[in-house]
Amino acid sequence: MKTAIEVEGLTKSFGEIIAVNHINFEVKKDEIFGFLGPNGAGKTTTIRMLTGVLKPDEGKAIIMGHDILKEPLKAKQIISVVPEMANAYRDLTAWQNLMLMGELYGVPKEESRERAKFLLKEFGLYERRNQLARGFSKGMKQKLILCAALLTEPQVLFLDEPTAGLDVESARLIRDMIRQYNREGTTIFFSTHNMEEANRLCDRIAIINHGKIAAIDTPEKLRMKSTELKSVEVSFNKPVPIKELAEIPNVTNLKKIGDKIRLYTDEPHSVINSLTDYARRKKLTIISLNTLAPTLEDVFIKLVKEHRGD
Amino acid sequence: MTRLMVNNFFEQLKRSVGVAKKDLRIYYKRGPVIIFGLIMPFFLFLSFFIGRNMPIERLFIGLLGMAIFFSSMSIGPAIIPFEASSRTLERLMSTPIAVWALFLGDVIASFLYGLLISIVPLIIGLVLGINIIQPLILSLGMVLAALCFSSFGILLSAYPPTDVPSTAMMISNLVKFPLVFISGVFIPISQMQDWGKIIASASFSPLTYFTDLVSYCTQETSYYSIPVDFIALIGFTLLFLTAAIKIHEKTLPKRLS
Ligand SMILES: Nc1ncnc2c1ncn2[C@@H]1O[C@H](COP(=O)(O)OP(=O)(O)OP(=O)(O)O)[C@@H](O)[C@H]1O
Ligand SMILES: [Mg+2]
Repeated sequence: MKTAIEVEGLTKSFGEIIAVNHINFEVKKDEIFGFLGPNGAGKTTTIRMLTGVLKPDEGKAIIMGHDILKEPLKAKQIISVVPEMANAYRDLTAWQNLMLMGELYGVPKEESRERAKFLLKEFGLYERRNQLARGFSKGMKQKLILCAALLTEPQVLFLDEPTAGLDVESARLIRDMIRQYNREGTTIFFSTHNMEEANRLCDRIAIINHGKIAAIDTPEKLRMKSTELKSVEVSFNKPVPIKELAEIPNVTNLKKIGDKIRLYTDEPHSVINSLTDYARRKKLTIISLNTLAPTLEDVFIKLVKEHRGD
Repeated sequence: MTRLMVNNFFEQLKRSVGVAKKDLRIYYKRGPVIIFGLIMPFFLFLSFFIGRNMPIERLFIGLLGMAIFFSSMSIGPAIIPFEASSRTLERLMSTPIAVWALFLGDVIASFLYGLLISIVPLIIGLVLGINIIQPLILSLGMVLAALCFSSFGILLSAYPPTDVPSTAMMISNLVKFPLVFISGVFIPISQMQDWGKIIASASFSPLTYFTDLVSYCTQETSYYSIPVDFIALIGFTLLFLTAAIKIHEKTLPKRLS
């Protein structure tokens, strides 16, 4: 079996709102699959359907060969979830939280204890294992929830915006763990609206917007798809009126970024020539000049806009 | 195939115990709140009995009935709304525990709590010299009643799907207090002769059958026969439990925000 997750025509509405609209995709085994989308795109709703928490209105999802609707317990047994804004039990200690998870998945007691000890040490929480989760900081709580998810040695791990609101160091630790457990054979499905994170972690990315999938591909290929998003970034020794630069031929769009100006174009070469002419005419010195491939962010914004139809 | 099913059943039952342990650990810490919930019915009870010249057996029946009814139902209605408001529900729903096992776990926790609390009035009764003629029937009755009222408590939180524990508590109080008045806690059913309608409604309250049992075990008088009391308690338990599981299964996803 090469497919970890198979999704066909999955749909969910809340009253008038179609939160997830007939989406199809496949996640291969051992993959890190990123689910990228703006607020309200339908990421959480999709994850809830894939983890058997919400029933879809239509469509099906198969996790490692088990239909989440027909064999929910079997599917749930081999997955784990870190839900968005989830909490550990605040009135239980870190240790009790982990033991409870072991019991709910039927992990033998001794195994639970060993795994919990190992994971808490790995995440730097072992010293505080007997403290109530109530006293944990946001980052510590998130680490504890991740420990709880890893305790059961899932084959597929779902994470809904796992690094949202964490500081740089905690976020990096969580990303490193995701990579490490993926290398050890866990398929990862995670949602984010952080482009950079998706770019650095994922084997493949699905971009979702308004409940529909706009594109699925590797980060690199997604970037290549949007050749018209090439750009030239320039900075001069003096501020220049941005209007004058907009008149350069072949410039489709431009944007001021700090003391630099980015000019989007299909023809970087002609734009570079025009810029040097312009500098000569106005007696300006060019301090820096770079051609840039489109960033994932550019692609993302473009796809999201196209989808909205503007 | 059947072996596998039996295995699965016991495996799920173990997970229920895990849920019950979690509930008890959490609500043990909320002890003061719950005790407070028991004090009000206790004073209601006292205010009714003080100054009336009633046999001590009558007092005991009322006290034991009130205690087991209110304590078995004290934590149940809050459990699921509390899971929702403290954002632990989604993770719980994604674990491989069957819906029936999840709610059975909550029932077990309420049951143990209810049974434990009602030992207090039992001991008070014994100290005051109540003669328990049928200890076995009384013990069995207490176990069944605690199970029945715990299931009732879990059922009361099934609808509406709120994530505010105090709303669920209020709803359960709206149901609990009227029931106490028609269940032979204050006035024995046999003395309600003139109130035909009340007697008719009393038969819809599971508490009626428990007070009737206690009356039999202490005074050797009962309104219904003992088998009827037992069958009624078992019947109500099964009804509450299945209804609770069915309705909760439908409303659980609505509690997620
Ligand atoms: N329980 C619910 N009841 C009503 N509407 C809902 C519910 N859950 C989600 N929605 C709606 O469905 C749409 C998709 O929401 P969802 O939470 O899946 O988005 P998301 O991609 O996770 O967004 P975010 O990045 O903000 O977490 C939104 O319009 C949201 O308002
Ligand atoms: Mg979300």
